[in-house]
Amino acid sequence: MQPLDYQKETPSQTAGPYVHIGLAPGAAGFDIFEKNFCPNPASPTAAGEHITVEGLVTDGTGAPIKDVLIEVWQAAPNGAYVDAPTADFTGWGRIVSDFETGEWSFDTVKPGPAEGRSGHGKMAPHITFWIVARGINIGLNTRMYFEDEAEANAADPVLNLIEQQHRRATLIAKRTERDGKPVYRFDIRVQGDGETVFFDI
Amino acid sequence: MAPLDELFPRDREWQPPALTPDYKTSVARSPSYPLLSLQNSVSETTGPVFGHDMLGPLDNDLLHNYATPGESAIGQRIIVHGRVLDENSRPVPGTLVEFWQANAGGRYRHKKDTYLAPIDPNFGGCGRAITDDEGRYHFRTVKPAPYPWRNWVNNWRPAHIHFSIFGHAFAQRLITQMYFEGDPLIWTCPIVKAIPDDRAIGQLIAPLDMNATVPLDTMAYKFDIVLRGTRSTLFENRLEGN
Repeated sequence: MQPLDYQKETPSQTAGPYVHIGLAPGAAGFDIFEKNFCPNPASPTAAGEHITVEGLVTDGTGAPIKDVLIEVWQAAPNGAYVDAPTADFTGWGRIVSDFETGEWSFDTVKPGPAEGRSGHGKMAPHITFWIVARGINIGLNTRMYFEDEAEANAADPVLNLIEQQHRRATLIAKRTERDGKPVYRFDIRVQGDGETVFFDI
Repeated sequence: MAPLDELFPRDREWQPPALTPDYKTSVARSPSYPLLSLQNSVSETTGPVFGHDMLGPLDNDLLHNYATPGESAIGQRIIVHGRVLDENSRPVPGTLVEFWQANAGGRYRHKKDTYLAPIDPNFGGCGRAITDDEGRYHFRTVKPAPYPWRNWVNNWRPAHIHFSIFGHAFAQRLITQMYFEGDPLIWTCPIVKAIPDDRAIGQLIAPLDMNATVPLDTMAYKFDIVLRGTRSTLFENRLEGN
């Protein structure tokens, strides 16, 4: 028999407690690079509905994971993923939590509905999350959907894959307003009561 | 609509599981329900792009990127180089590789690290590079030292450098650690042993590379990284009724 000559993916290891040194040195407490990454996928001058997304990541005991690092990836307001970032919109953000409280937040514009897999129609607007921290051996993937998109959420091919209907709510951010700006609250429970649905993508 | 460049599914028997009780912190930070398997959509097959304008001239020189001009970090000078490939052995060009590490005494420049070993005033401990057309990257640094950590009463991390790699699809996103050939601590470490297959652990151990060593100057280690491969769509997977 011929051998299959594929390589194996490099195994993941935890990002560890000092992930900020490499990925967000400002948060680790020092200044080294001329240009640093921004937590916000869109600038204040980008076209679209400007929103804040915030939340807390908690562990199986209910305690906040204060050293979490999150990256997000999202479509533009027209539903397309950008293949070339502009000054106004990259679609990507890297977010560090507050070390004292674990609270995190970022500012962006609301994504539009992106094309689903062939024949599935549009997906409901969502933001893809990747979560790493000490104790997480391989990054956790999930999606955040929007409470005020009930009709699109009901038709979303990914939300509909979740067999236990009440668990779909773990992916839907609650909308409030603060100083006239929409704020979406997206708490992520890594384990235990109300555990967030995570994906093998 | 153009067909998706779908990724090979992640081999979950090769990758570490979420729950690895000997690495104690994983116990409360691992989901208890199984991951829900998704077929790829554009949300997974696309990803951010970073240009060379992001990088400064010393970003891949950890000996000097935090040093006072004319000075250098203290420790054993090493070059780390390698390629980023995918599972089809194709190079992954133009992708951002970030790295961070402890200094030659095993201390991190981080406000949460309180280990006894001193901070090196000339060493920041992080850098980054973008792979060239053949997927190559390289950087210069000092060899990090092992350091103790709180797990069992007496655990020491093997010397290691952390790596973060993007690839071209968000589903290729990877963080890992590189270890050094010959370090006996590798096989005692509960974080390393979160990986169930010793052959997979071997993929994280960089060999000494005398060919890349600069005589009378700097030793070298070679570390290749493999990201998930993409497959061409041979027959489109259709929904029933289509």
